[in-house]
Amino acid sequence: MWRDVRVLRVLAQIAAIAIVVVVLYVLWFNLTNNLQAAGLPTDFNFLTQPLGVDIAGSDLGPGAPIWQGLLAGIKNTLALVIVGIPVLTVVGVIVGISRLSTNWLVARAAGLYVEILRNIPPLLIIFFAFNAVVLQFPVLEESINIADLVIINNRYVAVVGFTAQPDFGPFLLVLAVALLISIGVWGLRTRHWERTGQPHHRFLWSSLVFLIVATGSFLAFGDPIRLSQPSLDGRSLEGGFQGLAAYFAVLAALVLYTASHVAEIVRGSILAVPRGQTEAANAIALSSSQRLRHVILPQAMRIAIPPVINQYLNFTKNTSLAIAVGYGEITRITFQAIGNGQPAPQMIAILMGIYLLFSLFISLIVNLVNRRMRLVTQ
Amino acid sequence: MTVEAPVFEEPAVPVDPARGPLDWVRKNLFNTWYNTLLTVALGGLLGSALVTLLRGLLGADFEIIRVNLRLFMIGQFPADQLWRPWAATYLIAVLIGSVGGSLAAGAQDRAREAGLPYTATPFRQVLWRFWPIIALVSVILAFTTTPAPALLTLGATLVGLGSYYLTRRLPGGIRRWTWLFALLLIAGTYVVLAGFGGVGWEDWGGLHLNLFLTVAGILFAFPLGLMLALGRRSSLPAIRGISVTYIELVRGVPLITLLLFGALAIGFLIPSDLRPGLVTRMLIAITLFESAYIAEVVRGGLQAVPGGQVEAAQAVGLSPWTTMRLIVLPQALRATIPAMVGQFISLFKDTTLVAILGVLELLEAAFIVNAQPEFLGKGLFVLTLGFAGLVFWVGSYTMSRESRRLERRLGVGER
Repeated sequence: MWRDVRVLRVLAQIAAIAIVVVVLYVLWFNLTNNLQAAGLPTDFNFLTQPLGVDIAGSDLGPGAPIWQGLLAGIKNTLALVIVGIPVLTVVGVIVGISRLSTNWLVARAAGLYVEILRNIPPLLIIFFAFNAVVLQFPVLEESINIADLVIINNRYVAVVGFTAQPDFGPFLLVLAVALLISIGVWGLRTRHWERTGQPHHRFLWSSLVFLIVATGSFLAFGDPIRLSQPSLDGRSLEGGFQGLAAYFAVLAALVLYTASHVAEIVRGSILAVPRGQTEAANAIALSSSQRLRHVILPQAMRIAIPPVINQYLNFTKNTSLAIAVGYGEITRITFQAIGNGQPAPQMIAILMGIYLLFSLFISLIVNLVNRRMRLVTQ
Repeated sequence: MTVEAPVFEEPAVPVDPARGPLDWVRKNLFNTWYNTLLTVALGGLLGSALVTLLRGLLGADFEIIRVNLRLFMIGQFPADQLWRPWAATYLIAVLIGSVGGSLAAGAQDRAREAGLPYTATPFRQVLWRFWPIIALVSVILAFTTTPAPALLTLGATLVGLGSYYLTRRLPGGIRRWTWLFALLLIAGTYVVLAGFGGVGWEDWGGLHLNLFLTVAGILFAFPLGLMLALGRRSSLPAIRGISVTYIELVRGVPLITLLLFGALAIGFLIPSDLRPGLVTRMLIAITLFESAYIAEVVRGGLQAVPGGQVEAAQAVGLSPWTTMRLIVLPQALRATIPAMVGQFISLFKDTTLVAILGVLELLEAAFIVNAQPEFLGKGLFVLTLGFAGLVFWVGSYTMSRESRRLERRLGVGER
């Protein structure tokens, strides 16, 4: 019976589980003992206690409970992610295509950018952007003012932006409805094209519909948003879209770093499209831009999307490096709370849980995209 | 009957009428109106950036780097123990030389067995391959104040070259043991640094610490990663579940959270009379992190082994364990070499993260020297961070270029 493979398989699994359980139990035992010995709580009830520190870039004071601080941290992390991902995609795609340009100088410059940036630690780039660039800007009173469009000093950056008026909420709602309608028009035009074979012009149609509805509602509400220029009034910066200089330093550093990786992926994917495709496109006399748009890029995109989304995940995880320049994202807030005497194991468990949720969300998108891609190819 | 061999005339190479440098410029820079526009705009931008950079470099006072060079390289290693890092450097020179020589001789043997001509890489090409390293060493030596480091570096280079040529001339039977010799040298390097009254790794720093954390992180994480990879491919659901859970949990969080865990929370999980130092806890965190990534690399290698190999091994009656050891792993690990180098590079860059927890590695050193009274508030971050960036860039760039070369030579990915 002891040489029966079926028995051995079951025994091996029981042994593996037993080892894991014992290890976890020992760790848990040590954890509760050590926490109690240090006079720290062993549960998560401490989250309602006051945070005890200010969070740069939010209105929360030191009296706010820890869980609110964590939420503010998530918001700040997302502020990096939501702005960073589109920007890095655009930069990465442009640089990746530039590396294959027939213009020698453009190709070399793009190559130089990629080879330099992707071989330097991202943390070093963040340190550089903050300490060697942002902190060398003048102090608030002597801010650099570029035609009242951008105001820069070593603490804040303000860019010309919009301010919401009272009717902004309903206006946004109408815009969302307009977006849905234009997507519907897109679908209708596509179906029309499939049925009759006539040119669909779906982009023209749907954007026209959206623009008409948007302009109409904008006029109907009577300026729901207004242009707002930043201005420096003595010691206070007002108007415009304002952000901490640290935010822009981290954003620029991580975007430049991640875009260099995206550029490599884009270049590799374009090169991975078989040569015959280019030759076939030439044979049917497509121009070079038509060839890129209709033949090469659609195929390259299918190869590039999974690794690029993986880079988005890396970008999201790398936003944690903003802790080094004091930007109040989730990792820094956790670090500060621990420094204020909150129990480290629980705080770090929460932090890891939040990043796991981000990762899970992104891998969900990867799976969805992969499934869609497979349907398209077959 | 004799057949006269047909005589082929070498076809005349068509002469391109447009071959002058001016034609090249017209074809590659100004072929269309938008390329002309791009060339002019980009050329102006790059030119002005280059001028700014050169002017900055010529006008800069590098005192801050000159004074702190030792801190950047080896941290706060005691001044009276300096012979230890130098001895370690010589051992590493022997290590690199003998491993390189052994690889070159192996390639030569294989070429002879296959009846192919073997041409040694010309020296000029070797110089071209390693120009970033040579440039970096020259830059570092330019910042030294005494001639001793330059002479010692020259000596180490000569020792490395000597062991390269010596190993190449060794008979194949002895040469096969180079890997054992290499392991002994690695252990010897550690003993020279830390043994008999030396300095333990808790007090290491600078670039030396970055290199140590990288090498030790990969070495410690490899067995763990191998086990996880095999566990993930196991047919036993429980073992597979444990491996997948660990790998995906670790890969889902940033390294910095694990480093925070190592710095602040690991003390709660072990008996309180055990108090490992900060660098040790960083190393534990890095090992835990890296093993999940190595597991995925090894899994990629395992998947690259054709299923027929296992079936063939079973057909000749090998046990599962022997199949794994003699058939699957050698092929799988060979396929992972380029990805492992990639992992090594990314860990080398990631070791800077321990700076956030206040460990005095190169980036942290480049940062804090700006707080020294004589340099405070002078805005010298450009210089110090630029220097650290150059060091990291040279390391990662050279390694990634070598790994691409290796990938081509191993023919991984093209079968």
